[in-house]
Amino acid sequence: MSQAPTPVLELRGVSRVHGRDAQAVDALVDMDLVLAAGEFVAVMGPSGSGKSTLLHLAGGLDAPTSGTVLVEGQDLGALSATGRAVLRRRSVGYVFQDFNLLPGLTAAENVAFPLELDGWSAHKARPVVRTVLSEVGVEDLADRRPEDMSGGQAQRVAIARALVGPRRLLLADEPTGALDSVTGTEIVQVLRSRADHGAAVLLVTHEPRFAAWADRTVFLRDGRVVDTTGPSDAAELLGTAAS
Amino acid sequence: MEMMEVAVSVKHALLALLCGGPSTTYQLKKDFDRTTNQTWPVNIGQVSTTLQRLVRDGLVAGSDEPEDPGTSEWYLTDAGREEVARWWASPVSRERRGRDELVVKLALAVHVPGVDIAAVVQRQRSAMHQMLHDVTRARRTVDPGDLAARLVLDNHIFATEAELRWLDVVEAEVARAGRATATRGPVPAGGQTATDQATVEVAR
Repeated sequence: MSQAPTPVLELRGVSRVHGRDAQAVDALVDMDLVLAAGEFVAVMGPSGSGKSTLLHLAGGLDAPTSGTVLVEGQDLGALSATGRAVLRRRSVGYVFQDFNLLPGLTAAENVAFPLELDGWSAHKARPVVRTVLSEVGVEDLADRRPEDMSGGQAQRVAIARALVGPRRLLLADEPTGALDSVTGTEIVQVLRSRADHGAAVLLVTHEPRFAAWADRTVFLRDGRVVDTTGPSDAAELLGTAAS
Repeated sequence: MEMMEVAVSVKHALLALLCGGPSTTYQLKKDFDRTTNQTWPVNIGQVSTTLQRLVRDGLVAGSDEPEDPGTSEWYLTDAGREEVARWWASPVSRERRGRDELVVKLALAVHVPGVDIAAVVQRQRSAMHQMLHDVTRARRTVDPGDLAARLVLDNHIFATEAELRWLDVVEAEVARAGRATATRGPVPAGGQTATDQATVEVAR
């Protein structure tokens, strides 16, 4: 058998403590997580359970107190601040509840932005941007500005930006939080489809029905994984066969 | 419980299906299962018994005595047509759905001493999330043209999600009441971590 491909994201024994001494809070405790290309994992848990800490660590926006975070096989802790910034720009895309698109720029310009930061010429970026906009179903909105879009359209553009160019790791923090139920489902379908086409998607959500689109759902409580569920034929694999 | 729901709804489902024109017992069974995406399959005996009752009540009539009763066609009478119209015009009562085992079980869990409530909740939650994954997968693969099947599966998804949210509330309320665990010690494997409830004892 051929060697398993390098995971897009890997957390090994990752802990994060906020504060110190008597005020120390375990935000994340000894977390292991492997996300391969094409995998879609949902994270659920009550407020303060460590979901946001996990996303920040996975994206290199925060550093663990102990343990290792690898993105595309690269140890974030072993990189300089500049190296981490470059890796983030090339490998990691974020999607937020409030879209975070730059107002005044068109959809195409928003999506091209991370590529241009990485030194791409507008000429080289253009076809890549068109392709990714079409992959999320908004190619006809390329010249529209965020302020003239619906929430669902803006979130599709944000997903396109998160996955433009070589980026394969999509970290989504409550991306459906500001959307109605039908539009929210459409956005999760886009995430599912991007995973089916090779992206690795980590979705934080409070909505069980959206988490159910993932390959598995990880539950956090007090910074620890307390359960992992998936479809019944994956239960044995996950070690959580329903009793 | 599901059997009860079927008993309530088969009568009107058959009447509604017969609005599309006369049909045989077997075809009615097939159409019912297909419309609900096999979610509440009925057996042919149930369909047959229900049809007999509908004939007795004058809502349905059968075609004249064919040699093979299986090929007999059923059609709506005027009274049957009125009954369907009445059904469409009235909302469905939630109370008709019968006793819910989960609700009764959790009510008992907080009432009976020594039950590890947190473990009961977490096991239920885990199983329901797994079911949600399964139903969502079925929903993804359903024929895009099959609107009825999509709506039935969506209903399952939303109903399961509502129960999951209710479980969150149960857990929070139980914790607030200081009743999060029994005296028996940590939750078994697959359940919750014991950190936030290890020392709380069940009040008697």
